[in-house]
Amino acid sequence: MSPGESVLGCAPAAQPQVLRERGQREVFCGLTGIIWMHRKMQDAFFLVVGSRTCAHLLQSAAGVMIFAEPRFATAIIEERDLAGMADCQDELDRIVDKLLARRPEIRTLFLVGSCPSEVIKLDLGKAAQRLDGKFAGSVRILNYSGSGIETTFTEGEDACLTALVPEMPSADAGEATNLLIVGALPDIVEDQFKRLFDELGIGPVHFLPAKRMAELPKVGPNTVFLLAQPFLTETTGALQRRGAKRLDALFPFGAEGTTDWLRAAAESFGIDRMHFNRVVAPGRERAKRAIAHRRERLEGKRITFLPDSQLELPLARFLHTELGMMPVEVGTPYLNRELNGRELALLPTSTRLSEGQDVDLQLDRVRLDRPDLTVCGLGLANPLEAEGLSTKWAIELVFSPIHGFEQAGDLAELFARPLRRRDILRV
Amino acid sequence: MQLAVWTYEGPPHVGAMRVATAMQDLHYVLHAPQGDTYADLLFTMIERRGKRPPVTYTTFQARDLGKDTASIFQNAARDAYERFAPKALLVGASCTAELIQDDPAGLAEALELPCPVIPLELPSYQRKENWGAAETFYRVVRQLVDREVRPAPREGRRPLVNLLGPCALGFRHRDDVAEVRRLLDSIGIDVNCVAPLDAAPDDIRTLGRADFNIVLYPEVGGEAARWLDQALHQPAIRTVPIGVGATREFIREVAALAGVDASAALDDATSRMPWWSRSVDSTYLTGKRVFIFGDATHAITAARIAHEELGFDICGLGCYNREFAREMRAAAALYDIEPLITDDHLLVEDAILNASPELVLGTQMERHIAKRFGIPCAVISSPVHVQDFPARHSPQMGFEGANVIFDTWVHPLVMGLEEHLLTMFRDDFEFSDEAGPSHLHGAARSHRSESAPSPSDARAADVADASLVSQGDLAEARPAGTAISWTAEAEQELRKVPFFVRGKVRRNTEAFAVSQGRGAVDLATLYDAKAHYAR
Repeated sequence: MSPGESVLGCAPAAQPQVLRERGQREVFCGLTGIIWMHRKMQDAFFLVVGSRTCAHLLQSAAGVMIFAEPRFATAIIEERDLAGMADCQDELDRIVDKLLARRPEIRTLFLVGSCPSEVIKLDLGKAAQRLDGKFAGSVRILNYSGSGIETTFTEGEDACLTALVPEMPSADAGEATNLLIVGALPDIVEDQFKRLFDELGIGPVHFLPAKRMAELPKVGPNTVFLLAQPFLTETTGALQRRGAKRLDALFPFGAEGTTDWLRAAAESFGIDRMHFNRVVAPGRERAKRAIAHRRERLEGKRITFLPDSQLELPLARFLHTELGMMPVEVGTPYLNRELNGRELALLPTSTRLSEGQDVDLQLDRVRLDRPDLTVCGLGLANPLEAEGLSTKWAIELVFSPIHGFEQAGDLAELFARPLRRRDILRV
Repeated sequence: MQLAVWTYEGPPHVGAMRVATAMQDLHYVLHAPQGDTYADLLFTMIERRGKRPPVTYTTFQARDLGKDTASIFQNAARDAYERFAPKALLVGASCTAELIQDDPAGLAEALELPCPVIPLELPSYQRKENWGAAETFYRVVRQLVDREVRPAPREGRRPLVNLLGPCALGFRHRDDVAEVRRLLDSIGIDVNCVAPLDAAPDDIRTLGRADFNIVLYPEVGGEAARWLDQALHQPAIRTVPIGVGATREFIREVAALAGVDASAALDDATSRMPWWSRSVDSTYLTGKRVFIFGDATHAITAARIAHEELGFDICGLGCYNREFAREMRAAAALYDIEPLITDDHLLVEDAILNASPELVLGTQMERHIAKRFGIPCAVISSPVHVQDFPARHSPQMGFEGANVIFDTWVHPLVMGLEEHLLTMFRDDFEFSDEAGPSHLHGAARSHRSESAPSPSDARAADVADASLVSQGDLAEARPAGTAISWTAEAEQELRKVPFFVRGKVRRNTEAFAVSQGRGAVDLATLYDAKAHYAR
C-alpha cells in the first residue's frame, strides 16, 4: 500500500510534518463567535465584559447586523472600575438588571470574559453564579471566556458550548441510544440532516446548541455524538466526561465527507448497509454533480490556507480529494490530531502543515509559493490582491451554509468565484 | 461600567493606527493580545487600502502572561524595524497591555534602534479614538519637527501653508484635501505639507517652513497646531470650510493672513449650491425640521449650512466627542437649542424620536435609526461604512463640497412636486403616502398599507415596546401610557395628514386634549388643536 492510500490507523510517519511558529497572529479572538451563536440561540443574550476595543471589534466584525437590535452587548470597563472606585461585581449586577429589564424575553444570559476581564481576574464565574441565583427560574446565567489571550475565533463557540454541557439534562442509563450533532449549523442545514437521519431510521437526533434553552438535549452514557465542526475540542471533552461517545468521521464537507459522516452514525445505529446506500445515494449524486461543475476551474490549482478557524484542514481535504486542488500550505490556529486524524490521512504528504503563526514569515512563504488561491482574513485579502494574488476571505466560510450534500456545490463555488472573477475582469 | 451595543468611536489605539496608516515610512508596534488585529480590516475593507496598515502587534496569549510579554514586545519591535526599516517608530499599548504594565517606551528605548522612537501613552479606559489620533499626531509632530527650520523670506515666493488633520479612515478626507489644495492654489498659496495623510517623518521635520497652518479637522489636527503655534509661532486658521458661507469666510481669513487678493476665488463659478438653493424648486425646503448629530466639526458646520444655506429648522444638534463640548454648546446657542452631547446611541435615538424631524443628518448609526423610523437621512460624519468611501470625487469642503452636500441632503427628501401630489391625491392608491417617496426604498413602507392599525392595536404595541420602540416609524410612535382615545372619525382624519408630521400632530392634539380636560379626541378637538397651535 502506497502512502497515498493510507487510511486511519496507519503509521503516523505517513503524516506531513507540522511547522510551528510563534510571532504575530493575524486572527480574530473568540468573542467573534457571538455573532453567529446569537443568531442560533434565539433566547440567549451575550454580554461581553471588556473594554471599548471589545465593543468595537464586535461592531466591526458584525457589519450591518449590529443595527437589528442584536442580542449582544458590551459592559465596558472604565477607569473607575479599575481604580477600585466602583466594585466590578456591583456594577455588573446593575448592568444585568438594566439589560434584563430591557429584554424580558431573554432566557439565557452569557457573561463573556475578555482579555481585560481575564487580566484583572474579574471572577465572572462567581458573578454568573450569584446572578443565576437572583434570577432563578426566569433566566439562566452562564459564563465562558472569548478572550483573545485564550481563544482564537471559532474557539469562542467551543467555549460557549462547553459552558452549556453541564446544563444538559441527564439521560438515564436505561434509555435508548440517542444521537447528538454538535456545532452550530445554519437552520437549513440542520433540517437537511434531520431529514436524512429520519430516512435512515436513526434517532432520536438532537442538536447542540439548541434554538432555545428549554430544548437543550439530554446527554448520558447512551449518547453518541458527531462533530459538525472541527474546532470543538473542549466541548468534546465535556461531553465525554458525561459519558457520551464521539463517533470518528470526516467532517461533512463535500460528497465524500458528508457520506463518511453519515456512515459513522449509521454504523453506530446498526443501519443496514444497503439501506444506507439507498438513502444517501440521491444526495450524494447531486453533490457530485454540483461539484463537477466547478472542477474544471479548480483542478490542479494550488491553494494556501492561512490560519483562521480550524476549518482549514477538512476544507483542504475536500478541495484536494473532490476537486483536485493541490494544498501548498495549510495553516491552522490549533491542530487537534485526534479530531482531524481521518482528514490528515487524506491530505497529500507534500502538504506543508503549519500550526500557529508568524504572519510576516507566512506571507513571505505565500509570496514565494505564489499559490493560485490564498484563503485568508479580511485584513490580508485586499493587500494580497493588490500584489496580484487571488484570495478567498475566510470568514465567509464560517457564516455561510457549507455543510452537507446540498451545499457541496456552493462550497466549491466559494473557492471558484475569485478565480472566475479574475478571468472575467478586463480593468 | 457602561453598557454599549454600539460605539461611535473605537479605543484610542485605533486613533493611533489611523495616524500611522495615513503616514509613510512610519511603523507602529502595538503591545496587544491576539485578536486586536481585527482593526486592520477597517483600513483594508472600509477604506479599501491595498496595503496592510503599518502596524505590528505583539499578539501575546494567556500562556505568555507573567513570563515574557516584555521580551515578546522587544522581539516584535526589533523584527519590525529590520523588516520595514521605518524612518520613525511608534510604540504603545492597547487596553489589555495597559493592564499588564509592561513599559513599551522603556523597552523600545533599551533596543537603541537607529531611528526615532515615539512612545504613546493612550489611556484606553478614559479616552477614545479621536483623542488617540490627536495625541498621536501631536507626539509625532513634537518629536520630529526641526525647530531650526523657519519660513524663507517672503519676497519672490508664494505663501506656504501646512494642512493639518487629514487622516486614514477620515470621512471624505481624501477629496477634501484635493478641494482645499485647488482652492488655495487658485489664490496663489502653496501647500508645504499635508499631515498626517501621506506625510513621511521627513515631511514632518520641515513643517516649520510654512508661513502658517490650516487645521482642516480639529479632532485630529487641533493639538498639533496648538503646539506649533507655541513652539514655532506658526499661527493657525481654524475655520473649517464646509458650506458656502464657511468657505468664503475661510478664503477671507486665509487671504488676510497670507496677504493675497482672494476676490476671484470668492465668487467661484463652479459654486452651484447658492442658486440651486434659491431656485423655486427648493422653496418647499423652507422650515423642514432637521436633526443633526455627528462629530462636533461636521455637526456644527452642517447646522450652519442647514440654517443659513438651505433654510431648514434645526430641531436637534449634538456630537459624540465630549472633547468638543464647548464648541458644540456655543453652536447650539445660535439656534436656541440644548445640544445633545453623548456617546450613547440610545439617547440619540430617544432625542430623534422626541424631536420628530423630517430629515436626519448623522453618522452610519443615525442612518439606521432613521431607517427604522422611516425618516429621510443623509450621512455627514464618521463613523461611516464602506459606501461612504466612494470611488468618485465627493468632498465636503469648498464650493464643490457644498454642491455635493446640497445633492446629498436633498436627495432623500420627498421631491417638492411629489410631496404636493402625495397630499392632493392621498386617497389614490398609487399616490397614497404609504407608498412613500418613489425614489427611496418605497417598499419599506408598504407593509403598513394593508390596513390601518386600530387605535387599540397601536396602543398595545406601544405598551409592549415602551422602552424600545424597536419597530414602527416615528410618525406613529407615541409616548407610552397616553390615556387619550381617538374617535374613529378623528383617527381617519389624522391619517390624511402627511405621514412625516402625523406623529407631531398626534402628540400636539393629545397634549391639547389633556390641557383642555377632554377625555377623547374627536374631529372638533383635532381642529381646535390645529387652530390652537397655529397661533
